[in-house]
Amino acid sequence: MDSLSLVSDLIHTTIVFATALIFASLGGLYSERSGVVNIALEGMMIIGAFTAAVVTYFVDMQLGGSSFSPWLGFITAIGVGMIFAIPHAVATVTFNANQVVSGVALNFLAIGVSIYLTKILFDGSAQTKTLDSTLSTWHIPGLAEIPFLGHAFFSAYPTSFIAFLLVAVTYYILFKTPFGLRLRSVGEHPRTAHTMGINVYKMRYLAVMISGGLAAMGGATIALTTTSNFSHTTISGQGYIALAALIFGKWHPLGAMFAALFFGIASALKSVFQVYGITDYIPVDFIFLFPYVLTILVLAGFVGKATPPAAIGQSYEKGH
Amino acid sequence: MNKVIRIFIKDSTLIPVISIVLGLLIGALIMLLGAYNPIRAYASLIEKAFGDLYSIGETIRQITPLIFTGLSVAFAFRIGLFNIGAEGQFIIGSVTAAFVGIQFDLPWYIHVPFAVVAGGIAGGLWGSLAGLLKVYRGVHEVIATIMLNWIALYLSNYIVKFFLIEPGQQRSRILSDSSWLSSSWLSQLFDGARIHYGILLGLICTFLFYVILWKTRQGYELRAVGYNPDASEYAGIHVKKNIVRSMMVSGVFAGLGGASEVLGVFHYQTIHSVFPGHGFEGIAVALLGGNTAVGTILGAVLFGVLTFGATGMKFGAGVPIEIINIVIALVIFFVAASGLVKAIIDKVKKKIISGGSSLPTSQDWKKGV
Repeated sequence: MDSLSLVSDLIHTTIVFATALIFASLGGLYSERSGVVNIALEGMMIIGAFTAAVVTYFVDMQLGGSSFSPWLGFITAIGVGMIFAIPHAVATVTFNANQVVSGVALNFLAIGVSIYLTKILFDGSAQTKTLDSTLSTWHIPGLAEIPFLGHAFFSAYPTSFIAFLLVAVTYYILFKTPFGLRLRSVGEHPRTAHTMGINVYKMRYLAVMISGGLAAMGGATIALTTTSNFSHTTISGQGYIALAALIFGKWHPLGAMFAALFFGIASALKSVFQVYGITDYIPVDFIFLFPYVLTILVLAGFVGKATPPAAIGQSYEKGH
Repeated sequence: MNKVIRIFIKDSTLIPVISIVLGLLIGALIMLLGAYNPIRAYASLIEKAFGDLYSIGETIRQITPLIFTGLSVAFAFRIGLFNIGAEGQFIIGSVTAAFVGIQFDLPWYIHVPFAVVAGGIAGGLWGSLAGLLKVYRGVHEVIATIMLNWIALYLSNYIVKFFLIEPGQQRSRILSDSSWLSSSWLSQLFDGARIHYGILLGLICTFLFYVILWKTRQGYELRAVGYNPDASEYAGIHVKKNIVRSMMVSGVFAGLGGASEVLGVFHYQTIHSVFPGHGFEGIAVALLGGNTAVGTILGAVLFGVLTFGATGMKFGAGVPIEIINIVIALVIFFVAASGLVKAIIDKVKKKIISGGSSLPTSQDWKKGV
């Protein structure tokens, strides 16, 4: 295999891995821009992956394998993710709970609930059965036929195209609409926002729920494109990498996207390296820990400086 | 009013207790929805955890690491830091202890303390990294420790794979038995359970935790910074130094926990694909225990009993053991959202006590906080 194919393969695989990270870090973006820390991204991804896998499996059982069922799984996952995020909003926005603790609790809850239900639904097995139908790759007519470039950029899972589209949409919403301005203002200076007549509580509830929906899309993507089932290892750290991507991307949609792609390379390198036998020279573990080291370096100001939203982590109480 | 009753209606006692009750009740409700018998499930949990000497010994083994990680999280909380990194410090402590246990051949009276201390120091250094990053580069400790957890996980895997691997296995070689914390007499006392000297080490650490915080100048400074960093700085306390120190001590506790687990229970270090989870459970333990020495022990006992007893629920009532994760999550959630619990308490109180009463209301509680 020549080097051009390797690069083309690498880009293709990077996009596959990055897609879920993009969804989840966009999710983190809405929540954190509104001032609510969301370390529950991991848990929300777990719930998304679980819901997508289960719904797809049982719709398949009813209707037989169809290209329709994974989409139903994907859409249900968004809804369930949004609902699952509500307790985080209730605790942190209404009852001023510590946002990190609430996130930790939600992560525990996600893995508990999803495996508990999996065992009930699949006769005590800790993982769902392998899905008959998953999302299949889209080939953009014409462009996908270009040698090397076509495989790299224009033949990907539909979720990847959706993810990139959502980056643009999020950018537009956040920076070009009144809603986005309000969302950012409650994350920067809730009291001022409140004085201007913005309902801080409502904005934060919405942001946290959007966050849940987006993170769930990320989890669903992994279940429906990469693993084709759900188990306790389906989501193992992607939520935290998405959080890292968000910070590395400086709480900006485009930045988060590039960071997610960059971290996607790390995962892609691992699997491509394994195929080509390069892991004998670079230990896999170093590839794994690379994103986390980089995030610390970024935060420490050694590689650019990231400034979080001013009111992040602070609960807001009216009239205090 | 009676002093004993006063302790029980203090919100620092009442909220954890009610959170536990709520967690267990909702857990029961979830079991009912899954057509399981919650009473039988909880009964078999208790049976599994305390049924015979062997079970009690194993329950204590389960409690042991939680004491360490609970202390770790609680200590950092005292200075106002949130150490999510107990998990990583625990792993670093265990892999270091495993390294010492495998690579050295020493008489036991040197080997055991060497391995334990090495684990503690390594955990402490790992913890102080987060402190240094916070003090000198302004990195929030929550994010730093989350990242350091993952780095610790993969670093440990790397060390196992390249220095300690047992060929063909997903774990290290067995530690030489001169470094083991296992105790044959303790084990025999409990019908062969894997209870080990780690529990004694844990209790000593709990005592030290209390002494450092409440009986030393250092502890006074730490708590002062926790209450008000600006005032402490003004009073001449070196805040930065205290932050790094407290993260280091916090890391030492977690590291000792990791050392105790590898030297006392497993005698090898696994290649982890997921976190062992004791560090995260430590957050729950510390929260529930109100960051006190006694509270940490109580919290560790509760979560140790729940997680070990959970396997009994599977056999006794057919309930998937994950129900316990759900219960633990709910308990953390309710302790965190104490406002929610207070609202419930107030409603209940209003129903019980109609008319004028001297019992504290939530308004009084707010003043106290």
